[in-house]
Amino acid sequence: MPLELPRVEWATILPETILVVGAMLILLGGALLRRRLPAWVWTVASIIIAAGAMVSAWDLWRRVSHNHQGGAHTAIANAVVVDGFSVYFALLTCGAVILAALMADSYLRRERLNAPEFHVLMLLSASGALLMAAANDLIVIFLGLEVLSIALYVLAGFAQRRAVSREAAMKYFVLGAFSSAIFLYGVALAYGATGSTNLGEIAAFLRASVSTHAVLLGAFAFLIVGLGFKIAAVPFHMWTPDVYQGSPTPVTGFMAAVAKAAGFAALLRIFFSTFGTHRLDWQPLIWALAVLSILVGSVLAVVQTDVKRMLAYSSISHAGYILIGLQAATVRGLAGSLFYLLAYTFMVLGSFGIVTLVARDGDARTGLDAYRGLGQRRPGLALVFTVLLLAQAGVPLTSGFLAKFYVISAAVEAHSYALAIIAMLAAVIAAFFYLRVIVVMYMAGDEADTADADPIRVPFGAGLSLAVSVVATVIIGTILAGPAFDFARHASILRL
Amino acid sequence: MIDFPLLTTIVLLPAAGALLVALVPRRRADLAKVLGVAVSVGTAVLAVVALVHFKTNADYQFVSQHVWIKEWGISWKLGLDGISLFLVLLTGLLFPVALLGPKVHHDTKAYVAWLLLLEAGCMGVFLALDLFLFFIVWEVVLVPMYFLIGGWGYEKRVYAALKFFLYTMAGSGLMLVGILALAFLHQAHFGHLTFDLQTLAREQSFAHSTGRWLFLAFAISFAIKVPVFPLHTWLPDAHTEAPTAGSVILAGVLLKLGTYGFLRFGLELFPIAAHDLAPVLLTLGVVGILYGALVATVQKDLKRLVAYSSVAHLGFIVLGTFAFTTQGLEGGVLQMVNHGVSTGALFLLVGWIYERRHTREIAELGGLQKVAPVFAGVFMVVMLSSIGLPGLNGFVGEFLVLIGSFVSRRWWAVPATAGVILAALYLLWAYQRVFHGEPEGENATFPEMTWKERGVMLPLVAAIVFMGVYPRPVLDRIEPAVKRLVQHVHDANGTHEPGPAAAAGGGNP
Repeated sequence: MPLELPRVEWATILPETILVVGAMLILLGGALLRRRLPAWVWTVASIIIAAGAMVSAWDLWRRVSHNHQGGAHTAIANAVVVDGFSVYFALLTCGAVILAALMADSYLRRERLNAPEFHVLMLLSASGALLMAAANDLIVIFLGLEVLSIALYVLAGFAQRRAVSREAAMKYFVLGAFSSAIFLYGVALAYGATGSTNLGEIAAFLRASVSTHAVLLGAFAFLIVGLGFKIAAVPFHMWTPDVYQGSPTPVTGFMAAVAKAAGFAALLRIFFSTFGTHRLDWQPLIWALAVLSILVGSVLAVVQTDVKRMLAYSSISHAGYILIGLQAATVRGLAGSLFYLLAYTFMVLGSFGIVTLVARDGDARTGLDAYRGLGQRRPGLALVFTVLLLAQAGVPLTSGFLAKFYVISAAVEAHSYALAIIAMLAAVIAAFFYLRVIVVMYMAGDEADTADADPIRVPFGAGLSLAVSVVATVIIGTILAGPAFDFARHASILRL
Repeated sequence: MIDFPLLTTIVLLPAAGALLVALVPRRRADLAKVLGVAVSVGTAVLAVVALVHFKTNADYQFVSQHVWIKEWGISWKLGLDGISLFLVLLTGLLFPVALLGPKVHHDTKAYVAWLLLLEAGCMGVFLALDLFLFFIVWEVVLVPMYFLIGGWGYEKRVYAALKFFLYTMAGSGLMLVGILALAFLHQAHFGHLTFDLQTLAREQSFAHSTGRWLFLAFAISFAIKVPVFPLHTWLPDAHTEAPTAGSVILAGVLLKLGTYGFLRFGLELFPIAAHDLAPVLLTLGVVGILYGALVATVQKDLKRLVAYSSVAHLGFIVLGTFAFTTQGLEGGVLQMVNHGVSTGALFLLVGWIYERRHTREIAELGGLQKVAPVFAGVFMVVMLSSIGLPGLNGFVGEFLVLIGSFVSRRWWAVPATAGVILAALYLLWAYQRVFHGEPEGENATFPEMTWKERGVMLPLVAAIVFMGVYPRPVLDRIEPAVKRLVQHVHDANGTHEPGPAAAAGGGNP
């Protein structure tokens, strides 16, 4: 029987296509060019590709947000959906790629690593993230998940000469593959319960049948476990500290931003819109995950002495806060989660950017001691880190505050008062460890003599990346608060 | 009414000044300081302009409102009434004093910038009429204070700064949930989301029991800031370890944020719940008065003694607030200003003693009156004002609080009176040990007050005497707003304000 191929509307997957084709071109260029080009060339190429994808995504955004020109729609045999949500994640991911590429530029030179391959892997990984956000079919989500993850496994081990990096890659790969399998099992169960893997058809089926079959509950559980691993929610977080600490720092920043955003894209779309009719069945699970992530992430971060590891735990607690928006299962909650991801992307990329610079040769100095007296030695760098840490702690006039504000308000609106109170009190615990870093930078006396032998340099690209992160963090929290939220709210309009 | 965004300028001028100071080159510490003083004096002048153009009535004046996040009904809304007017003036007065008074030992630029940012935050709290905006500025205040204590404080500064930050943040977390719950309950009932204080106060939309929970969420946050016993333990550490300017601002302005919060938000939004829970807060207030005084008596460290005296004085303000009588509340508001001026001045004087002698131990000081009579004289006036000597400002406030609470809450007012006597005990005893006797050792060379220091002290002492001798102009401006608030509470509860104890008040409906 001849297989009937669906019509492919290339325009709808243009951002993904640009990323993949661009990655291939860099790969070819890196392999075929006889003369070794300087590393910055690849960085610029990578940025241009990501910016191109961003522009095409922006074009889609305009089409989506103006209903008379088409609006949200599905394409390619309903496998892919173009709506505010998918385009929002495309823009977010491409922005993260640009910032990470800028940060990685000097890092790759410093560590003498192969530049083209790094950018190729990053672009491919990003294309997977875009696909996850745009997928309208559980199988396509799985496809995106694997593209995202496999590239990330390699990136985690990119600093092959360092044993911790190899260990991180191995750990990430084994546990990641395991969780992908669980996700796939969840997809199978969902198919068994509803007769389709297409999100629209699943939703239609669920609307028609109110009763909940045990198989469907199993599907919920397995899908949550599989995606919970990607977003690093407790209790599926065990890999996070080790992998975040062992991976090359720019990769950690990229992983923390993009892999988490992609995981949430899938989680939000599947549960909020597809399984929305059965929210009473999955809300308790999400509630528990949110509380556990917030509490465990905050408490364990307090006892860390390594900043990179501490930020890993803090990213776990951030995942908990983002889950609060999903738990509310309202449009306001969804918009809150999306806004949180926007704020989080800049905060986390900036923070790991600082860690990259302070760690210096061999990515070695990530302990709290390395930050001693940074306020005196590099006041600018210390100030940027302070703003980013305060933002993560949720201090007003930063995007981090508004992000917490929005998800907490969603919880309050949904009458989840206990969750809101737990989250706000845990924020105090979290503030403690963010402040601890600030204390070390500013208030721990002048013991900077050991570090002066190897001063911290701020290369242009890295500086630009930091500047963008910190400026975005501040203006999203102040003057652009309204427009930024509108952006997230428009993105929360999902099409089934 | 003047046609100029006066209040917005009062908030934004110090913030802009902070940015400007941050841009000054690091080596030009002198320039940073001059700039800081200029900006804070400019802000004070604006506060005086507000006083001059203030019309004696109960309305919010100079209101400026701009939409901020439309979707959420959040706006930048500032307004001033009789209650906030004098707190704004107090803030305007104390910041130049704090900038000029103490010496700064390092990194003047950052120090000045943080102080100015702090001023912007404090002004914002006193002026905000939008709950979201209020929460923002409330939290913003934390950050500069944290850095001031942690960066320029004494030995245990890091611990004290952290304790201060975490305590306050825990309280404000609850308040945020409270604010949101209030706004969403209002939305569910009236159909539109708003954080506007006046709207929310007018359109009450929650059940009796819900109101109690909401009030509790706000009250815990305010009680930590005041601080109300037993949530006061951050205060002695923060006050003692903070640099002098930090202590002046902490005692003078920051503690008032809590008592002001009770008035403006606690009573305004939850009159019924506040009435229900008043006995609890009154009891804690009285316990604070007695406990603070007793603990102050046994302190060996002069600065710690002043810090504990704040716990006692703030107890009076809580007592006046929850008496729900015009006199009590008026006394409470006046006492906020009084405490700000006199305790601010006390911290400044203690700071100067430390600058000269490098110790705050009472036992190591003695006989300073002989070598520095002017210093001792000024200290005496300020101390007596803190004790509440008739003729000085402290007396008027405490007296009004006591008579105001006596008519409605006799059983709390009576033990509170003992606090006045205890204040005399610990302060006079401390004065005796520090200033009387023969100076020995290093005390014999204790330098007299410099002309600059006298200049800094002058406005504070003038305020102390003026408000003690002739408080009428101040009380007249406070009264309409306080009357309205008391009426608001009694209307909501269906009760009547008991007749005033003194003949001055006139009849109430």
